[in-house]
Amino acid sequence: MIVYIIRRLIAAVLLLFVVTAVVFVIFFEVPRLGGQTADDLASRYVGKTAGPEQTHLAAERLGFTDPLYEQYGRFIKGVVAGQDFDTGTSVEHCPAPCLGYSFKTQNPVLPDLLDRLPVTLSLAAGAAVLWLLGGVATGVLSALKRGSIFDRGAMGVALAGVSLPIFFTGLLALSIFSYNLKWTPPGGTNPMDQDNPWDWAASLILPWITLAFLYAAQYARLTRAGMLETMGEDFIRTARAKGLRERTVVVKHGLRSALTPILTIFGLDLGLLLGGAILTETTFSLPGIGQYAVIALNNQDLPKVLGVTLVGAVFIILANLIVDLLYAVIDPRVRAA
Amino acid sequence: MKRVHLEMTKMRVTAIAAGVALAMSLAACGGGGGDGDGDGGDNATPEFNAGVNKVYNPSDKKGGTLKMANDADFDSLDPGDTYYGYSWNFVRNYTRSLVTFKSAPGEKSNELVPDLAESLGEASPDAKTWTYKLREGIKYEDGTPVKSEDVKYAVARSLDKDILVNGPTYFNDFLDLKGYAGPYKDKDKTMKKFTAVETPDDRTIIFHLIKPFSGFDYLAMLPSTAPVPAAKDTGTKYKEHVLSTGPYMFASNELEKRFTLTRNKYYDPKSDPDTGRKALPDEITVDLNVNQEDIDQRLQSGDLDVAISGLGVLAETRATILQDPDQKKFSDTADQARLWFTSFDNSVKPFDNIHCRKAVMYATDHEGYLRAYGGSSGGQIATNMMPPLIPGYKKIDLYEFESKPNGDIDKAKDELKQCGQPDGFTTNISYRTERAAEKATAEALQQSLDKVGIKTELKPYPQDDYGKIYAGNVAFSTKNKLGLRVYGWGADWNDGFGFLSQIVDSRVIRPAGNTNFNVNDPEIDALLDKALSTLDTKEREGLWAEIDQKVMEGAYYLPGVDAKQLLYRPERLTNVFITNAYNMYDYTTLGVQK
Repeated sequence: MIVYIIRRLIAAVLLLFVVTAVVFVIFFEVPRLGGQTADDLASRYVGKTAGPEQTHLAAERLGFTDPLYEQYGRFIKGVVAGQDFDTGTSVEHCPAPCLGYSFKTQNPVLPDLLDRLPVTLSLAAGAAVLWLLGGVATGVLSALKRGSIFDRGAMGVALAGVSLPIFFTGLLALSIFSYNLKWTPPGGTNPMDQDNPWDWAASLILPWITLAFLYAAQYARLTRAGMLETMGEDFIRTARAKGLRERTVVVKHGLRSALTPILTIFGLDLGLLLGGAILTETTFSLPGIGQYAVIALNNQDLPKVLGVTLVGAVFIILANLIVDLLYAVIDPRVRAA
Repeated sequence: MKRVHLEMTKMRVTAIAAGVALAMSLAACGGGGGDGDGDGGDNATPEFNAGVNKVYNPSDKKGGTLKMANDADFDSLDPGDTYYGYSWNFVRNYTRSLVTFKSAPGEKSNELVPDLAESLGEASPDAKTWTYKLREGIKYEDGTPVKSEDVKYAVARSLDKDILVNGPTYFNDFLDLKGYAGPYKDKDKTMKKFTAVETPDDRTIIFHLIKPFSGFDYLAMLPSTAPVPAAKDTGTKYKEHVLSTGPYMFASNELEKRFTLTRNKYYDPKSDPDTGRKALPDEITVDLNVNQEDIDQRLQSGDLDVAISGLGVLAETRATILQDPDQKKFSDTADQARLWFTSFDNSVKPFDNIHCRKAVMYATDHEGYLRAYGGSSGGQIATNMMPPLIPGYKKIDLYEFESKPNGDIDKAKDELKQCGQPDGFTTNISYRTERAAEKATAEALQQSLDKVGIKTELKPYPQDDYGKIYAGNVAFSTKNKLGLRVYGWGADWNDGFGFLSQIVDSRVIRPAGNTNFNVNDPEIDALLDKALSTLDTKEREGLWAEIDQKVMEGAYYLPGVDAKQLLYRPERLTNVFITNAYNMYDYTTLGVQK
């Protein structure tokens, strides 16, 4: 098991290198293929009135005129050993792991990311609890009451949840609950600015429910399908024949077997969300990593884009690692293997 | 860090399903969130355009928190590094420049009045030397006095466009710099080499220009003249905490998230008798990067006081507001010193021939152009380049846009014959991808030009790169035959120079980043120079009108729409009026009812 974990961690680090290299290539090579030069790239970071000379100076200062491998090497060096940045008026040291300085704001990227992380963690964790509990419970009940009004209604709502985009349900939810009924705070309320856990939860309840609605729908359908398949197996009939209580049959035997694919997807989904729930944070104006990603993309600010990508990749890799370890817990066959 | 106290009574999760249907009816409802007990006087009854040319809900009552939100981020909070109208409007809350626009409704808001200075500038007869004397007793937020040397330093640092990249370049263009590039390049904060600006004593500042400029007070208005003590300048970090001279100072600044201003105890209203600043709220909060749809909803529900960008509500919200009398009474239509237009590229044949350009002028469906911008709520058909808000504006309708709003096909065909293209020709129309109105404009143009045989292909490009890499790049435009370029322009200030200089002066044409796409007329350049050295206001305004006439005679641009926008003022706002200087609510006079 320890060897397995170590191997996975090494693979994770290598994967991070690959991910950052790919982002670098996309950022620089795709525009170059479209005919853009280093000066054209730099023109995004100079003012409206900058002339060609200024733009070229900016291209040099930002390192765009250096070969791609040099720029990438500088980035990796910064991550590992830190880096010094000349802002034009001072030289600032960025300690390791340094994810670079924003081209636009001239501020280091990592502290901004860490500052925004709690918002994204709060959003993702709360929504995950809701969608897992709600989705799995609904899926189990639907499977047990197959064909019933509950089953049809639940699957209908699930279809709506999967089909409706978050920017629609989110804005609708804000319109109803925040601005008309005044039950929840308005958009843009920072959960980390709240005085107590109750206010913290209140500022997140709408984003949680909106996000959970989307995911719970998928999980309900998945769980239902998995349960239907599992509950038809011979071992379930055996368990019932042995006189086990129905609750034990369903939860300990049926659900446990159906959980494996759900766990896989949960790991992926949670990992992705922790890298920034872009649509939800944008809709609710939450200052998390997702919003940061949108700002970075709008401004074509490479260091920020790289930072968000790295954070996202780290979470996805970690989440998948944890899921793999949990398989051993829930599935004895994995443990035996 | 500011904490928000929330009211939350009860959650009814099961009501959500019913809420979906309920929302459809609730979406049409809503309204201001205030208690509605006005503080005062005249014009306190909400009605459409109550804030146009007059003060809506006038009040001198202090207190409360003014809540503002921005759907993006400021280019910079550093007064020496910002170039957005809303920023220049807002920055007056925490800085004072030499002169400023008067905070008053209507025409008075176009008037420059002294702020940091005792009076408007004293010009030499040749308009190349301008002298200002600072008021006595003005202090920063830390109690230290403001000196003329600080204004000089502020201007000096703003010259360095490698470091402070965003701001305008007027001081770079007009000061007699003799090669001086700013204190960051020069490394000398005593600025010995910056002889273009003199400070013979702590209260006097003298500007020496390289060429006459009768409108120099407009440069003195720029936030770049807000004083910065050299010892406290932190370069690119200064935007994180600007040292205040205005009625408010920074209490907190969470970058890209939110900042809060509180009262500056060293601001003395007695030192500010002319500007009209009110400084009513105790606190101002500005949320950044807020979803624009959410901003509109929060304004209507009363959870937000001002959408700081000043661009008005979204098109879909505009339609809802204008159709609902209960919403419409909380809105104002702001005329803009902004023109939506299409330019020609004279290097793309056959637009080197004036008659081919005139053919387009006559063929265009101007009502279709206006519809692209939302119809009458989005503006009015423009017949010449200067918007009506610019002093000296004169209506010029050489091509009968108003009497023939759907175009004149016969005249268009006649012009085509004269330019040797009786059966029409082909060209491309560029526009900014993100701008739905520009796409609609391009489509409307395509349809109307097709009627006279001018076949066009539409070419969208990203707005961020539009000027630098695509339509405003000479080589790209010529190579890709962008004969027509959909665009827009707003005045840096409401003056002929502030609007026209960057779009009709041939000397601003450069290989990339163009705002003047094609006007290269020595007569127009000569008129611009003459206007710059004309000190008499009326005479100068007449020259701007003459320039406008020449631009229209040359058919260099196809004017489209004189822009308007719809602003929403929640019920609890007091002292609301539109300032013509910035074409949005004046941000230095607003108050809130508690």
